Amino acid sequence: MGKYLGMEVSFAAAEAVKLCNVDVVAAYPITPQTHIVERLSQFVADGELDAEFVPVESEHSALSLCVGSQAAGARSFTCTSSQGLALMSEIVYIVPALRLPIVMILANRSLSGPLSIWNDHSDVMSVRDCGWIQLFVENGQEVFDHVIIAYKIAENHNVLLPVMINMDGFILSHMFEPIKLMEQEDVDAYLPPYQPKFVLHPDKPVTMGAYAMPALFTEAKKAQEEALLASYPHILQAWKSWEKVSGRSYHPVETFCSEDAETLFITMGSLGETAGEAVRVLRGQGKKVGLLKLRLWRPFPFHDFYKAIGNAQRLIVLDRAVSYGGPGGPVAGEIRSALYNMENRPQVINFVAGLGGREVSVESFLEMFISSIEGKASGYQLFGVRG
Amino acid sequence: MQEIRFHGRGGQGAVTSAELLAQAAIIEGKYARAFPSFGPERRGAPVTAFCRINDGPIFLRSVIEKPDIVIVLDSSLFRAVNVTEGLKDDGILIVNSANAPSHFTSGRLHKVATIDATRIVLDVLKQPITNTILLGSLLRVADIVSMDSLLSSIRHRFGDKAFRLNMQVIEMAYKEIVIHPEWKQE
Repeated sequence: MGKYLGMEVSFAAAEAVKLCNVDVVAAYPITPQTHIVERLSQFVADGELDAEFVPVESEHSALSLCVGSQAAGARSFTCTSSQGLALMSEIVYIVPALRLPIVMILANRSLSGPLSIWNDHSDVMSVRDCGWIQLFVENGQEVFDHVIIAYKIAENHNVLLPVMINMDGFILSHMFEPIKLMEQEDVDAYLPPYQPKFVLHPDKPVTMGAYAMPALFTEAKKAQEEALLASYPHILQAWKSWEKVSGRSYHPVETFCSEDAETLFITMGSLGETAGEAVRVLRGQGKKVGLLKLRLWRPFPFHDFYKAIGNAQRLIVLDRAVSYGGPGGPVAGEIRSALYNMENRPQVINFVAGLGGREVSVESFLEMFISSIEGKASGYQLFGVRG
Repeated sequence: MQEIRFHGRGGQGAVTSAELLAQAAIIEGKYARAFPSFGPERRGAPVTAFCRINDGPIFLRSVIEKPDIVIVLDSSLFRAVNVTEGLKDDGILIVNSANAPSHFTSGRLHKVATIDATRIVLDVLKQPITNTILLGSLLRVADIVSMDSLLSSIRHRFGDKAFRLNMQVIEMAYKEIVIHPEWKQE
C-alpha cells in the first residue's frame, strides 16, 4: 500500500475514477463543476485513461449520455453540483428505474436563490426520493475509497442500481490534504471488469425504459423499492471486502463516544469531523455526549440507527437544507419518523445550519448543545440567524 | 499545530503556496491541510489561503482566524485587507516588499521580515509569481518543514525545469531577506 500524498480532494476523486478504468466520462465542464472533471479530461488527453470523455452541453445531457453508454455495457461516470443536479434531475429519476449502475459524485452545493455557489445539502435533498443508493463522505480519503466501493456495489448483479456519492462542495472538493492512493492491481482485484446483465445490442434486442400502463406502474415501483432495500447487505459486503484491501472500514452509521451517551449529535458529511471535535471538548468537561454520522442515506439504515442511538435521551440533528413550511429539516424529519414507534423515544432537536457556505464551527456545536440542554432550543430552528 | 495564512492576489500563487507547504509537511510524515477562501476566482482580486500543519491528524476545516504566521505576497493588500488581523503578538509576518520590516510592525509585531520578491522573480523566473521565494524566506526564519521537503514538494508539483529556477530564487531568498532588528533569531 502506498504512502500519504497531499492532493486536492477533487484530484483524489479523479484518481479513483481512473483506477476504476471507466469507459465513459460525460460531464458539463464548467460551473457548477469541480476539478474532478478537469483532471479526468487531462487523464484522457494524456492517454493515462482509455475512456471516451464527452464535454456535453448540459448536465441533463451528461446523465442522458451516461444512460446510453451504461445501457450499451460501458462503465460510466459523471459528476455535478447544485444547479447542475437540478437541471439533470429529470434523468436522475430514470436511472434506477432502468437499473443502470452509474456512479456519480455530487459536490454538495446550495440551490439558488439567492444565487450561491457555496456548500450545503439543498441539492441532494431535492432528489432525496430518486431511488439511487446515496452515501455521504467525511474527508478526502473517504471520497477516494467510495468511488471504487460505489462501482463494486452498483455493478453487483444483485444490486444493479446507481450510486450517488455526496461530498461537501468546497469544504472537501477544494481541500488539499493527505490521501493514500491504491495500486492498480489492488483495485483490479477488488473491482473486476464490468459485466452487464442486460446490454442494448442489435443482435439480442431488449427493451429498456418501457412504457407502463396503470396496471403495471405500481408493481414496477414496488420492484424498484425492493431492489433498493435488497442492496443493503451487498453494500455491507462491499465495505467488508474493501477493509481487507485497504485496512479502512466503513459502516452505515458511524459512531463516536456514543455508547454511554445521553445526548447524541447526528450529522452527515464533513461536519462529522467538526462535531467530533465538539464531542471531545464536551467529554473533557464530563458531559455524556456522543456522535452518530449517517453514511448511508438511502437505503436508510434503520436497524443500525436504532442500535446506535442506544439509550440516548436527546438527539441533536443537524440539517443542511430547509424544507420550507415542513416539519423541520429533511434528516430530522426522517429520524422523527424512524423513532415514532419506539416506547421511550428520545427528544429530537433539529438545527438547520451551514446553509450556503455559512461556517459551522466547534463552538457552534457547543452552543447547540448548551441551548438544547437548557431547553432554549427545541423542535426545529435555523442556527445562527442574525437578528 | 502551526497555522499559516497567505494573502495574495488571484494569479500570484497564494493557494499554491499553501499547498506546497502542506505537501512538504506531508512528505515529512506530518499531517497537513491547505485550502483557499472559497468563492469565485478572479485574477487580481484579493485571495486568502490557509495551511495547517500538525504532528497528528487535523479535524478542522474552518478558516484560520488566529494565525501563527502571515505571509503577504503583495504589499498593496495592506490598503485593501487587514492582513494581520488575528495574528498572534509573537506571530511571524513576512511581506513581499522593498521596504524595511519596520514599515509593517504596526507597533505590535516584532517578528517581521521583508523580501523584495517581485524584483528577484522577475529577474529569474521572468514572471511575477512569488510563492516559492516567500516559502524560502519563511524557512529562513522559521522551522516549519525542512528545506529538502520543500524542494521535494516543489519538484513534485512543477517538474524538473521549473524546479531548478525555483531553487535559484529560494537561495536568493536566504541571502536577501531583511529581518527586523528586534527579532532575535534563535
